[in-house]
Amino acid sequence: MDAILLQILNGLDKGSAYAMIALGLTLIFGTLGVVNFAHGALFMIGAFCAVTMQRIFGMSFETVDPNQKDFLGNPLKVKTPYLESWFGPETGAAIIDWSVPLAILFSIPIMLIVGYVMERGLIKHFYKRPHADQILVTFGLAIVLQELVKHFFGANPIPTGAPEVFKGSFDFGVLMGFDPNVIIYPYWRMVYFFFAAIVIGAVFAFLQFTTFGMVVRAGMQDRETVGLLGINIDRRFTIMFGIAAAVAGLAGVMYAPINSPNYHMGMDFLVLSFVVVVVGGMGSLPGAVLAGFMLGILESFASMNWIKSMVPGIDQIIIYLVAIIILLTRPRGLMGRKGVMEE
Amino acid sequence: MLGLNKKDTRFLLIVVALTMATPILLQPFPEGSGLAQFNAGYPDLMQRFAIFGIFAIGFNILFGLTGYLSFGHAAFLGIGSYSVVWMYKLLDYNVIYGLPLAIVMSGIFALLIGYISLRRSGIYFSILTLAFAQMSFNLAYSVLTPITNGETGLQVYTNDPQVLLGATEPRSPHFFGIVMNNSSKVNVGDWVFTFNNGYYFCAVIAILAFYLSLRIFRSPFGLMLRAIKSNQQRLNYTGLNARPYTLAAFVISGMYAGLAGGLMASMDPLAGAERMQWTASGEVVLMTILGGVGTMMGPVLGAGVIKYMENIFSKINDQVLHGWFGWMPDGLEDFVIGISHFFVGKSWHLTSGLLFMIVVIFLPGGLVEGGQRIRAMFAKKRGDDDDDPKHQPKQAPHVAE
Amino acid sequence: MSNSNLTRRGVLKTGAIASAGFALPTIFTASSAAAYMNEPTGGSVTLGFNVPQTGPYADEGADELRAYQLAVEHLNGEGDGGMLNTFSSKELTGEGILGKKVEFVTGDTQTKSDAARASAKSMIEKDGAVMITGGSSSGVAIAVQGLCQEAGVIFMAGLTHSNDTTGKDKKANGFRHFFNAYMSGAALAPVLAARYGTDRKAYHLTADYTWGWTQEESIKAATEALGWETVNAVKTPLAATDFSSYITPVLQTDADVLVLNHYGGNMVNSLTNAVQFGLREKQVNGRNFEIVVPLFSRLMARGAGENIKGILGSTNWHWSLTDEGSQAFVKSFGTKYGFPPSQAAHTVYCQTLLYADACQRAGTFNPCGVVEALEGFEFDGLGNGKTTYRAEDHQCFKDVLVVKGKDNPTSEFDLLEVVEVTPVDQVTYDPEHPMFAGGNLGQCNAG
Repeated sequence: MDAILLQILNGLDKGSAYAMIALGLTLIFGTLGVVNFAHGALFMIGAFCAVTMQRIFGMSFETVDPNQKDFLGNPLKVKTPYLESWFGPETGAAIIDWSVPLAILFSIPIMLIVGYVMERGLIKHFYKRPHADQILVTFGLAIVLQELVKHFFGANPIPTGAPEVFKGSFDFGVLMGFDPNVIIYPYWRMVYFFFAAIVIGAVFAFLQFTTFGMVVRAGMQDRETVGLLGINIDRRFTIMFGIAAAVAGLAGVMYAPINSPNYHMGMDFLVLSFVVVVVGGMGSLPGAVLAGFMLGILESFASMNWIKSMVPGIDQIIIYLVAIIILLTRPRGLMGRKGVMEE
Repeated sequence: MLGLNKKDTRFLLIVVALTMATPILLQPFPEGSGLAQFNAGYPDLMQRFAIFGIFAIGFNILFGLTGYLSFGHAAFLGIGSYSVVWMYKLLDYNVIYGLPLAIVMSGIFALLIGYISLRRSGIYFSILTLAFAQMSFNLAYSVLTPITNGETGLQVYTNDPQVLLGATEPRSPHFFGIVMNNSSKVNVGDWVFTFNNGYYFCAVIAILAFYLSLRIFRSPFGLMLRAIKSNQQRLNYTGLNARPYTLAAFVISGMYAGLAGGLMASMDPLAGAERMQWTASGEVVLMTILGGVGTMMGPVLGAGVIKYMENIFSKINDQVLHGWFGWMPDGLEDFVIGISHFFVGKSWHLTSGLLFMIVVIFLPGGLVEGGQRIRAMFAKKRGDDDDDPKHQPKQAPHVAE
Repeated sequence: MSNSNLTRRGVLKTGAIASAGFALPTIFTASSAAAYMNEPTGGSVTLGFNVPQTGPYADEGADELRAYQLAVEHLNGEGDGGMLNTFSSKELTGEGILGKKVEFVTGDTQTKSDAARASAKSMIEKDGAVMITGGSSSGVAIAVQGLCQEAGVIFMAGLTHSNDTTGKDKKANGFRHFFNAYMSGAALAPVLAARYGTDRKAYHLTADYTWGWTQEESIKAATEALGWETVNAVKTPLAATDFSSYITPVLQTDADVLVLNHYGGNMVNSLTNAVQFGLREKQVNGRNFEIVVPLFSRLMARGAGENIKGILGSTNWHWSLTDEGSQAFVKSFGTKYGFPPSQAAHTVYCQTLLYADACQRAGTFNPCGVVEALEGFEFDGLGNGKTTYRAEDHQCFKDVLVVKGKDNPTSEFDLLEVVEVTPVDQVTYDPEHPMFAGGNLGQCNAG
């Protein structure tokens, strides 16, 4: 029982990342009809916003400490961050400690700009082109983006810690009457889940309750008619692309403390997020979110030992197996609409 | 000739001539010159050109004709390779046992996967094929290690049965005694040309594969596949069931992939699981689109360009760059080399990414369109100015271009 | 860098071309004209450095490449000579190898066996390399080693830790300086028993491919022999990025040690996740829960940040060693590049020197001569103390370092501290040990 509870928590946590990435991907599919293979790269750029923030806060000057030696036997150069010398060691260290949450503020404008530039500069020219061309150009862009990141940050993962107060775990078990230390969950992962819930909720609310969102939803259903009503739908779609990029970026920023970011993390998530979107059904936002959480939970269940011992290797293939079963029983995924990306 | 019209026959002959002369054409720079770095006329790369050419030609039968975008063709590549290496292990090093088995095995798997995946279309089909291929890769890398030798890759050990192995038989892949690894080198002045048995073996098969695909493109069957691409619904209304046709195309292209995989193992007796990863499936998609979807020559060109980048650009290191730019003043040299760091050596991926973008932005029909434009430019210069392309409907490119 | 010799094969080919002239084409097959594969005929010899330059291990590959360049400089008599000065064999004099200037070509393995073999083949077929070296994973090392055996050139393995490289898949033309999973287990187990007690219950998480399995097998055997019990050993997919669903089941067992048989990105993520779930603070039966990472790489450990503090593991070499050889190497590497070398850099530097020395002693580049010179070769002064290249399996036998994540690092490189140097006798095993059995060196192949 406790094992199952824990795996549900794990699944919700994994699902949060899947759902956020898939949500952005579906927005781009649904609104613009573009297959965006660079979406994983946007997630990666988000995570590197956190890394950059940490680097900026950590910028330091060097003082020579004659008492300590470096690896060559020369006097050691001790690095002191500027922030610590300006605000005193404690306040400075506290600001550096909070660099990941602060990076959220910094990443939203950046991701919106990245999304805007991408759409206006590149994607715009590919609306009428075959999906194959869209795949090639966005895949090329993804490679270029990740190679640039590799050039400046290296290939190794870069540790990007959460603030000190979020270290450690919350004991769920005690609340529910289990023994202590049986059902515990790290604070930051819980933060990630709630953060994802807020972001997803905000996107839905925005589409549901604002005029802007109404127009976009109408445009997703029938772009031409909305255009005929004299509404500049293209401009709104550009903004939606920016929002989709921002959602992927936010997913990335907050993910940085969970797993140290590296330059190819986008590619690791790319295939998976496409599977999630398609299982959810093309063009369906709730479908993408539902599929994200569902696959996250199933993946967690599949890695339980007794299931693994019954079906060896099940955790390696579960996502794909589920995708096949769902697509065969429900032709357009969980909640897909007819005629979207079917030709 | 051979059931082809005059234009196709000429086209086929040109392809044959180009393929046969590849060892000379790819060696344009004399040994010892700074540009020798760009020579590609060594056996391994030439073999890869031919093999990935076959892979891409086969993929194009499915994608170019029917429009079904499979993201899982690498699975058949892997199955072909494993079949051939298993034949080495069980029988002996003659590729005659393995290659037919590779085609049959990949055909069987293609039939199964295709039968299930083709129940859906569009991106749903793509994801189904991707799912099957990723499952194959993940299992081959881990649980199926007894069959695939996992991470290390399947290879021949001295204690394998090899029941047919004769005492005098070569201990590396061969075709009735023609050892794939052997080559003759010809020195002409400063140039060294390598004529490799394995390459010519692949080349002959590639030409046969090319001929077969040309016949498919021209046949009523090919026409039917094209009808499916342009409007499947209308086809259904006429009372035709499109499924058997698409399934046949899927199986044929799967068999091409299996043959390519088998040939890879025939040139180099090792079958690695990475061959089945989604990146490998993606690679053949990129090759086809880069070269030009639906054209005969495009996918082969695309395969050549991608393999060339992978093998030649990645080898350009600082030492080579210093050799090239050594004549520049120091500051300028450092600057040029600093810029080059973005594009060659460990950053060759970036160059390929940029190439994908540039080609697809400026040449919507792929590299083949680039060739057509250049030819059109020359044709124009020769002075037939009576037709105004702007005011005429654009003619569909001949499929053999 | 010298510009006088612009091209790799310029000099190499001059002789052949001069004799052939421009008039008559000469035809020969690769095997008949030369005494052995890629026999260097001019004033230089070409080595092939095949390292991951793209993909997750690109930084490790870059560090290997730096060490190779340094080794080539030292062999050609440039720079300060590095470990040539401390190496027990004094055959190398800084005049290249056998009087031929050392040149090199580089390639990208992409950490995929196929790409690595393609790259190695191009070095052999196109550039005329007589020796291939490098790599950062066992799958690649074994694949390239097999290729070199077939092609008739020497393979000097880079970073490869699987038992199979010099066990089940050993080859006459292949040599490994790096240590292996068995040695990690044999060195680590006594330290673990001494620090954590002999009645611990271990839970293994293992990367689901051959290297992971051999390491799990080795560590299990070594710790169980000292009284530990293995509660469970769970395989994790290679592609896994989030290990939470493999770590939470640990909480439900009575295990009090977690062994992470992961490397690279897997290791960084699984360790980070384990610490997130509070395993470091956990108490089981009144004792502290412990995490062990049997194969440590300083370069990769940086990705795990603070999480590695206090965690035990083993490593082939570390820059903080104070012997003469290590210091000479750290000095010459650090002066040139500004930071200390990694264990990957160290092992490939040694491999290059060992190969050069073997050619020098054998008086030929012929792989069979080199194999003979390396088999049973005893040397010292390369940073690992007295070392032997065992003839039976071409594995180096030397001391193994047990290390611990440092609690108070003074710089970003100062992550590990050596807790014990396990003497070579303790990690030596029989060539026919069950974990290594089933292989066959075969005959040396000269092409």
